[in-house]
Amino acid sequence: MPPLLEIDNLYTQFFTSAGTVRAVDGISYVVEEGETVAIVGESGCGKSVSALSILRLIPDPPGRIVEGSIRFMGRELLQLSDEEIRHVRGREIAMVFQEPMTSLNPVLTIGRQLTETLTHHLDMDDDAARARALELLDLVGISDPDRRLGQYPHHLSGGMRQRVMIAMALCCEPKLIIADEPTTALDVTIQAQILELMKELTRNMGVALIIITHNLGVVARYADRVNVMYAGKIIERGTALDIYHSPAHPYTLALLRSVPRMDQPRKEKLDPVEGQPPDLTTLDEGCPFRPRCRYVVDRCAEENPLLEPVSEGHLSACWEKDRLRGPLKEAS
Amino acid sequence: MSDQTTVTESPEAVPDRVSGEVLVQVRNLKMHFPITSGVLIQREVAHVRAVDGVSFDIRRGETLGLVGESGCGKTTTGRCILRLERPTAGEIYFDGVNVANLGKRELIALRQKIQVIFQDPYSSLNPRMKIGDIIGEPMHVHKIEPDRKARDERVRELLNLCGLDPRFADRYPHEMSGGQRQRVGIARALAMKAEFIICDEPVSALDVSIQAQVINLLEDLREEFHLTYLFIAHDLSVVRHLCHRVAVMYLGKIVELADCDELYDNPLHPYTQLLLSAVPIPDPEVEAKREHRIVKGEVPSPINPPSGCVFHPRCPMAVDGCSKNVPEFREVKPGHWVACTEV
Repeated sequence: MPPLLEIDNLYTQFFTSAGTVRAVDGISYVVEEGETVAIVGESGCGKSVSALSILRLIPDPPGRIVEGSIRFMGRELLQLSDEEIRHVRGREIAMVFQEPMTSLNPVLTIGRQLTETLTHHLDMDDDAARARALELLDLVGISDPDRRLGQYPHHLSGGMRQRVMIAMALCCEPKLIIADEPTTALDVTIQAQILELMKELTRNMGVALIIITHNLGVVARYADRVNVMYAGKIIERGTALDIYHSPAHPYTLALLRSVPRMDQPRKEKLDPVEGQPPDLTTLDEGCPFRPRCRYVVDRCAEENPLLEPVSEGHLSACWEKDRLRGPLKEAS
Repeated sequence: MSDQTTVTESPEAVPDRVSGEVLVQVRNLKMHFPITSGVLIQREVAHVRAVDGVSFDIRRGETLGLVGESGCGKTTTGRCILRLERPTAGEIYFDGVNVANLGKRELIALRQKIQVIFQDPYSSLNPRMKIGDIIGEPMHVHKIEPDRKARDERVRELLNLCGLDPRFADRYPHEMSGGQRQRVGIARALAMKAEFIICDEPVSALDVSIQAQVINLLEDLREEFHLTYLFIAHDLSVVRHLCHRVAVMYLGKIVELADCDELYDNPLHPYTQLLLSAVPIPDPEVEAKREHRIVKGEVPSPINPPSGCVFHPRCPMAVDGCSKNVPEFREVKPGHWVACTEV
């Protein structure tokens, strides 16, 4: 059986006056049915653009998917007409955005926004849609759903709005939910509530989840498999355990070392990743991480390493990956 | 109103047990913002109790962490110390002087000694000014370095100190990344040779790999210039790394205050315990073993806070009395203060 979602060699670029921004620069990954896949990286690494590309939500101009293929349940999404892709959005693949403040329409009631999807995609009549909306609000843990349906987004707190977003995503029982930084704008206690809710719902309903985040802790708690992105490329992939216990890319290793951890004794000093992420308009043929890398060798400037296996299901794009294996243990 | 001589006689039960010299003393600070209604005749209909009776000390050379969720009043507390807000009630002593009722001229002198680093490096630097002018302006205003040449020299020195190329003085903020801008914010705070810096979420807008750079810089500067920080943040792991003591705020009140290690190893207040358990740890093995306790509900409105203990509607340990009696902020162990009757 083919995987639920298969992204192959995807390139998304933005054509700006400052040059071509290679936001997504040849990434490939698969999502199996019901699994949670995380995409981790810092701002500007292309993680959100890669997600928006799946639903063809890249603003054109200036952006364009230049090359690649995105197959969802055997269908090539990049070949679909605008009308056809609209049936996929929200119906088969749903999205939860980062900013619950700005991604809900401020002039429409919660009820209207929830039922719109239902009447549009599932041809429900108003009463049926309303009943289903009530059920969904209850499912995502919103108290007094009857009253909430008549309220506007500004009546709700950030956490509540994100619950409404999740309810909207679940409306049509999609096969896949893409959550782009779903908890970044929320407080830690609310973050824990929302993540727990998403985990429970996706597990019970068998929905696959792509979770995009910069928070390494969130990934450790919730993801089955992890893709680490840097400068538009996936530079490491593996199970959460692989990534956290034996990182095989210097960037992953540096990221893990730079965050203070609450479960470990306090260190004198943090070990930061020096320098800045690269400018995506001026990438050369070498490895984009090399100016910040501690393991750099001559070859890094000449050739960008491909994503290659270091062990079963664990891949890294680094010439020196074998030198790196397991140094976290060594250090601690 | 009390004057300077009554500093040592503050009657409230507050953490007075200090070994070193106290630089900042906050006593029963309240900041209530009125909500008005009416177009022509405005009348006050309610108050947002942003800060509602907060007391703490900061010793010279110490970093005190102030943590809590958004809306708990941590930023307002910082703004009151700077006197960007005039507190509704309470006293704030900085180096023995009550900040709460200073006049305009005295405030200018005060703000040389207290500086602030803001959360958002994009909105806290004037986009029309060059970096050199942003850092140099306070020195000019306060007549610390009236000579233009000497001031430029000092700007370059400060940039260098904060890990930036001195040539950045001729650039504009938009030419710099978030991490670099935050370094400019730090350089500006240092320009006044301040003793006390209020860091209001200085790293939360930055990327993970950049956060550690800025945290290390703050630590280095603290050692080099014997600075005292009030570190306001919501990221509990960063606070643990940087602070000597930590105060946890909830809905305008401090619910727990202790030495950093004590607070993280032995949290007593149920809110602190839930807050700590909500922080995910970047290790799947540790996460799998951890008990995940989720706080129910959301933070109530500070306009109409719950009666008794403000945390009781969400508290897993709440008993009948919690909704009636305001718990006393008491010292349960030397240096460990908590506001909960069930501890």
